[in-house]
Amino acid sequence: MRMRTVEISVGGFVLAGALALIFLAVRVSGVTFGAAEGTYTVLARFNDVAGLRERAKVSLAGVTIGRVSDITVDMNYGEAIVTLELNGSADTLPVDTGAQILTEGMLGARYVNLSPGIEEDTLADGDMIYDTQGALVLENLVGDLITGMRSTK
Amino acid sequence: MIEQLRRIGVEAMDFLSQLGRASIMLGNALWGLPRLNDLGLLVRQIYNIGVLSLIIIIFSAFSIGAVIALQFHTQLAKFGAEDAVGVGLAMVLLRELGPVVAALLFAGRAGSAITAEIGLMKASEQLSSMEMMGVDPLRRIVAPRLWAGVFCLPMLTAIFNVVAIYGGVIVAIEWLGGDRGSYWTGMQDVVELWEDVGKGMVKSVCFAVVVTWIAVYQGYDTEPTAEGIGLSTTSTVVTSSVMILAMDFLLTLSMYGDFR
Repeated sequence: MRMRTVEISVGGFVLAGALALIFLAVRVSGVTFGAAEGTYTVLARFNDVAGLRERAKVSLAGVTIGRVSDITVDMNYGEAIVTLELNGSADTLPVDTGAQILTEGMLGARYVNLSPGIEEDTLADGDMIYDTQGALVLENLVGDLITGMRSTK
Repeated sequence: MIEQLRRIGVEAMDFLSQLGRASIMLGNALWGLPRLNDLGLLVRQIYNIGVLSLIIIIFSAFSIGAVIALQFHTQLAKFGAEDAVGVGLAMVLLRELGPVVAALLFAGRAGSAITAEIGLMKASEQLSSMEMMGVDPLRRIVAPRLWAGVFCLPMLTAIFNVVAIYGGVIVAIEWLGGDRGSYWTGMQDVVELWEDVGKGMVKSVCFAVVVTWIAVYQGYDTEPTAEGIGLSTTSTVVTSSVMILAMDFLLTLSMYGDFR
């Protein structure tokens, strides 16, 4: 009888440990198993993505509709190619949709904002967005401002 | 001068022979283990080492989660960034505090118990009588404790992290009135499965191997007197704690790298 209570509590302990690991994976690191609702990917070409990270949000009118799944650099043009993984439910984006890199709040994380276009055709899996506006880099802005002030004098 | 040099040499030789004996013991204990009829012994040790450590782990985890959330909240509120409490807490816990504090508690709670138990068996010549009966004490006494320790500490660490995160919820959200949504989503946006959770678990497994190895060796190699057992038990806790903290720095440096 004593051995049985030991076995039961060890079983409970192992179960608790396994559940804790699953909790850490799902609730804390936000992993979803097997792309539950189906997603599709769209590529976007930016001149500068400064500070954008993988798993950053992709939003449309302020609502999160996907995530950045990959960022690579195209050595031929010296531009960044960002892979956007969008939810299957948001599959009616026009082909002339624009993408813009914005910042959450003053010092917040960078994210990609999409602004829908007016074309009839919609973006399909693997399509490229060309109408983009890269991240604003503060140093460049200040530099432009100073040269602008000098030239107007 | 010569005398001092000689003493250093003796110390070095002592250290090497200890390391040698510990390694031989580890090798002999693990060699030819997994056998099905040893499973009962393993379950009993998981109970002694893991289940009985649960209470101290859960209580400490809750206090640590609560106090970190409290400090983060009060400091971050000055910048209006209370929403970052969840992220900060999760990163600190998963990468450093979870594995390290759980291992320190484990060394104090389970490590010392293993040493004292095996040490007393040696002092009362139970180990020698086992050998007389043709039972290998390394297989019957040492091996199940080693495996149980290596298995239990990562489990306890995972439980520690979860409880501490909920401790943070209770302080930062229920008490201080932070935003529940940004606590969890901030966490989910930043924490990576392998980079943070996985590497924390790798750390925990390293600590588990070192702590149980030290504990078992100190017990097995103890001076078979009452005083000897006391010294070994102290030595287990001290050596394990120092090793955990030193290894943590090296592991962080090698796993997360790129600090400069």
